[in-house]
Amino acid sequence: MEQASYIVAQLINGLQLGAVYALIALGYTMVYGILRLINFAHGDIFMLGAFVAYFLISRFGMPIYLVFFATMAVTALSGYLMEKIAYKPLRNAPKISLLITAVGVSLFLEYFCSLRSIFTPDYIGFPRPFEVEAYNFSLGGLEFAFTNVQVLIFAITFAALALLYLLIYKTKQGKAMRAVSYDQETAALMGINIDNIISLTFMVGAALAGMGGILYGIAYPQINVFMGIMPGIKSFIAAVLGGIGVIHGAVIGGLIVGVSEVIVSAFLSSTYRDGVIFVILLIVLLVKPSGIFGKRIDKV
Amino acid sequence: MRFFLESKKLILLAAAVYIVLRLIFGFGLVSGYIEQITIYVFIVILAATGLNVIYGYTGQFSLGHAAFYGIGAYTSAYLASITGLENVVFFPATILAGGIAAALVAAIIGIPILRLRDDFLGIATLGFGILVRVFFDNSDKISETLGGSRGFTGIARLTNLEIAFFVTVFLLLVTRNLITSRYGLFWRCIKEDETASASVGIDTARMKLMAFVYGCFLAGVAGALYAHLYTFLHPSNFDFLRSIDFLIIVILGGMGNIAGTIYAGLLWVGFIEGLRIVLPANILDLRWVFIPLLLIVLMMWRPYGLMTKRKS
Repeated sequence: MEQASYIVAQLINGLQLGAVYALIALGYTMVYGILRLINFAHGDIFMLGAFVAYFLISRFGMPIYLVFFATMAVTALSGYLMEKIAYKPLRNAPKISLLITAVGVSLFLEYFCSLRSIFTPDYIGFPRPFEVEAYNFSLGGLEFAFTNVQVLIFAITFAALALLYLLIYKTKQGKAMRAVSYDQETAALMGINIDNIISLTFMVGAALAGMGGILYGIAYPQINVFMGIMPGIKSFIAAVLGGIGVIHGAVIGGLIVGVSEVIVSAFLSSTYRDGVIFVILLIVLLVKPSGIFGKRIDKV
Repeated sequence: MRFFLESKKLILLAAAVYIVLRLIFGFGLVSGYIEQITIYVFIVILAATGLNVIYGYTGQFSLGHAAFYGIGAYTSAYLASITGLENVVFFPATILAGGIAAALVAAIIGIPILRLRDDFLGIATLGFGILVRVFFDNSDKISETLGGSRGFTGIARLTNLEIAFFVTVFLLLVTRNLITSRYGLFWRCIKEDETASASVGIDTARMKLMAFVYGCFLAGVAGALYAHLYTFLHPSNFDFLRSIDFLIIVILGGMGNIAGTIYAGLLWVGFIEGLRIVLPANILDLRWVFIPLLLIVLMMWRPYGLMTKRKS
């Protein structure tokens, strides 16, 4: 029974990490859906979110709910600028040039922020906006605990998802987004302003990544300018796992990656946790190349 | 013999380059550091040419090229240090072993993942790169010599200008001939249209695997040279960013262009290392702020590579 409780506790920890990955993966999947671009700089937007929140909390003592809004606004703006300055001039260039540009933007953000006059290259502690409390539950002899951090992460992720669903499936803008991702030229012929829709996609994705950054900072209170690299890559893998371009696919993929990472760390060794993701990815891609929820891709 | 006759102009050019470099090094006109960088340029060009075969000519997107470079480096260094054959005579054998190890792994991994296309293949190779990195990080559990996350130390310094130059030029010539051979034609055909290639009877799966294995062999050989040049290996030398480095060189040089890869490799390594020498120490940190900016501007200016203005 103790073993079972331990497994449940690790599962909850895994879901906590997975929820953060899911938030990042959403941005990847939306941008990929529209531009067919692996936006490598997306992980750095996540980092930016954590740092902006750090400054808002520690320097200005802003209450946590305002921090969310302010940080998301900042990251959305940086996502907007990133697209307008770096990606838009390459709209008609080969896709690979766009990918290299994305890597360039990513490196720029990392090293620019690591300058001592901007942020710092060192690890810094993320301030605790509130005390961590644990709530114990017991269900049929199975004991497990939730911390208020976990409750916050699940609640916010769930709310963000619900809002995103409303945006994409119930609003006119969302319909336009889906149209652009389906066929850009035809969408333009129907009077949709492609540029605005692409900007909107980047902004929504960046806002979600910024939110992920704050939650990550609260849950794992150590931040660094290079913190976005691995979560970024893992989240993209999560998006591919779930089926790229599919919203709920990104979420399920993020949760799978998070849970398997934590389970492997807990039962094998934390040094293997990055390796297991590849094994899962390979199996999924070989069985179903378009991902778990992905539609068949016939166009190349 | 025909092989050498057909490329005699290039061989003469290469010999001239070698003599010039030998003279410069011989008279001690440049520091040992610059000598090392020069040799490193050849190694990078060789590895990038491998990626050019895979991606530039055959169209198989790989984001994990550094993994094969690392496999070659670790294999060759490990073989040299456990057998104690750390001398110039056996060095070619360990280089070859590094290349073969990388090629073998490429064959094993290539059979399942080369069924994927485009970005999906890119992500699968990226994932493989992470897996190899994890393996290197834990390699001390297999053998203490490999050093795991502490790094592999105490490798004999065997790579010199002669061997790096000869191996690189020879393999570049082989690559050039392969590209113009029947197989190269198949590869380029697959890049243009895989379905059409299959319909005219090309065994696309086999040809893709062949290009992948050959490209990774080149990376493995380059890795072996690298290991014996810097005498120290660390898992972080073979991470995702190194794969991107090779990709940048291929793109800057222009896809499917060996001469372009040579120029781009020279420029890219020269620029990165040159900044280290030119910039004063107090703004050295700014180096990695300028390099990505340069990359972004280059991509806007020449999206098809430095040597091509526009796609024909």
